[in-house]
Amino acid sequence: MSLEALGVDTVFGIPGGAILPAYDPLLDSTTVRHILVRHEQGAGHAAEGYASASGKVGVCMATSGPGATNLVTPIADAYMDSVPIVAITGQVTSRSIGTDAFQEADIRGITMPISKHNYLITDASAIPRAIAEAFHIAATGRPGPVLVDISKDALQAETTFVWPPKLDLPGYRPVAKPHGKQIREAARLIREARRPVLYVGGGVIRARASEVLAQFVDLTQIPVVTTLMARGAVPDSHPLHLGMPGMHGSVAAVTALQKSDLLITLGARFDDRVTGQLSTFAPGAKVIHADIDPAEISKNRVADVPIVGDCKEVISDLIAALGGEHEAVRPADYEDWRIQVAQWKATFPLGYTPHDDETLSPQYVIERIGAISGPESVFVAGVGQHQMWAAQFVRYERPNSWINSGGLGTMGFAVPAAMGAKVAQPERTVWAIDGDGCFQMTNQELATCVINKIPIKVAIINNSSLGMVRQWQTLFYNERYSNTDLHTSHQQVRVPDFVKLAEAYGCMGLRCDSAADVDATINQAMEVNDIPVVLDFVVHRDAMVWPMVPSGVSNDQIQVARGLTPVWDRED
Amino acid sequence: MSKHTLSVLVENKPGVLTRIAGLFSRRGFNIDSLAVGPTEHPEVSRMTVVVDVEELPLEQVTKQLNKLVEVLKVVELERTASVQRAILMVKVRADMQTRSHILETTQLFRAKVVDVAADAVTIEATGDSDKLEALLRILEPFGIKELVHSGMVAIGRGGRSIIDRSLRSA
Repeated sequence: MSLEALGVDTVFGIPGGAILPAYDPLLDSTTVRHILVRHEQGAGHAAEGYASASGKVGVCMATSGPGATNLVTPIADAYMDSVPIVAITGQVTSRSIGTDAFQEADIRGITMPISKHNYLITDASAIPRAIAEAFHIAATGRPGPVLVDISKDALQAETTFVWPPKLDLPGYRPVAKPHGKQIREAARLIREARRPVLYVGGGVIRARASEVLAQFVDLTQIPVVTTLMARGAVPDSHPLHLGMPGMHGSVAAVTALQKSDLLITLGARFDDRVTGQLSTFAPGAKVIHADIDPAEISKNRVADVPIVGDCKEVISDLIAALGGEHEAVRPADYEDWRIQVAQWKATFPLGYTPHDDETLSPQYVIERIGAISGPESVFVAGVGQHQMWAAQFVRYERPNSWINSGGLGTMGFAVPAAMGAKVAQPERTVWAIDGDGCFQMTNQELATCVINKIPIKVAIINNSSLGMVRQWQTLFYNERYSNTDLHTSHQQVRVPDFVKLAEAYGCMGLRCDSAADVDATINQAMEVNDIPVVLDFVVHRDAMVWPMVPSGVSNDQIQVARGLTPVWDRED
Repeated sequence: MSKHTLSVLVENKPGVLTRIAGLFSRRGFNIDSLAVGPTEHPEVSRMTVVVDVEELPLEQVTKQLNKLVEVLKVVELERTASVQRAILMVKVRADMQTRSHILETTQLFRAKVVDVAADAVTIEATGDSDKLEALLRILEPFGIKELVHSGMVAIGRGGRSIIDRSLRSA
């Protein structure tokens, strides 16, 4: 009843003994749609996909013990990427807690370090308040996962439903409005800078701040980089967009940060994948760091101007401060810098070399999927090489069109998250761009998609390997491929045969292994919208993700190809 | 590395102590001592944590603590602006000859004898960390059989209360 009152329309889950009393009334609900998945991990990632695509809180449900522990990975994932989800788990009866009862697990204890907050409820009358608070906490401030563990006797007991409950959170006061003094100081630094860069992170997407950000960029004409979690916050087609920074970022983006004198950081957290060796990251830059979570500011890099607040508010206030008559920003001041970064962008575009043999280039496949399906689609990826190529070679023009597991890097994320995204946005074409390794971890959710009429499209970038690990083994371990061979396409060995597997689930299965057939295969998939389509793209095994900044190394050492680092002039 | 005393006001709910201890453990912060008990408000408990960190990580510790939903307020109580106390109970080896020396030491430190046995004496002392360390140094040569330290608790000097302000804003 609480879920209905909160306006929840979808729950992903699997019932079980402890949570049975909650499932019975679900059968009669006319507003809450429960989607029965095939693994609780799928329910969790589906809730994440739902939340990331729509901005609403995703909901997943599981029973006690193993059901709950199967939610641990998606909860940790949501925690790392600040995705608003609420996980509801059943628990053994309150008398049995702590006695090693059947299907008992201290899920509250287990998820403490990986959730924004959690609850253990043993009194039925506390349920509405706990659920309402859980949704509030998940959706406000820095979004994150909240777990509500409810004992079976609490679920069974009869009590009066009191709504709306009074939220009792004296210790939870997220700050949304930024401090005027900090804004003015930031505006001053922006006016004084000569080589500023907008370092845009996932927080901008969570805050729904793309529109105001576009206005800011127009006003100031400052170059922008968008992190892995922020792709689409600024359209890729925008001339001032330099690309993605970080370990596999574009040379223009990485170099712009390194040579910058001012980082305007919005909703980003100086993650190690972006900074490389921290001590040599952006050595000449002052830092304005705006984030809704005060703990992120000055955590990895000391902020010269810390601003705690919601990105949308911060950007709006900055626009006001920089747009005024007397203290307006002068975009002409950055003209030399803009010319410089444009040069880098032109000299070092993202690209790939097709291979000597006739094997398919994975980058080409992904590029074509992006081009044919278009920017109104939603693209969800797994983790690994295919994820990096999907971030690089699909053109993102709007926020919430790219969904992936950035912080935790969870393989198996793609298929269930794509399912969740499609449920949230049924009118959009949703693609899961997955690896052959990742696909095998959660593909059972295809059954859920077929039965519940969720027609996602799954493109398996099949290089018959754990690609990213293989790349590292090629570069750093003398091509000693220890345990990265998956036997899913190489030398015609297919364990399993993905096309047959798709068909066994009731999906359409297509295979493509030559460049000439790529467009036709994708178009064929685009025509089918009543059942899921699985496309097995057999690609070249030794394709590598470039550029690359090896782990623990300075961003100045960015490699554009094996052993090839651009040499910078010594003028700065 | 230097020691800082943090007074943390938390909601008096089950699991809060675990949450805070867990936070310290996973963020790699060193806890020197931790004491927790009720306050004059039944819904609020107070934890006194002594951490061993430098200035910048201390800021992180405080911010991470504030993120926890059940944490109401975090205040650093500096040595000069607060009264810091812990209780120490130490069992010292004592025979006929040494007992009087031990008792003398006890008096000098304004401590108390709380247990006497044929071969040992148990002393209870209250004080700040300097005083307790000094007492232990003097007692060491006699032979310390066992000791238990309660962990520091601290309260700010002056008339204001840290609880008032946080509850008013709730």
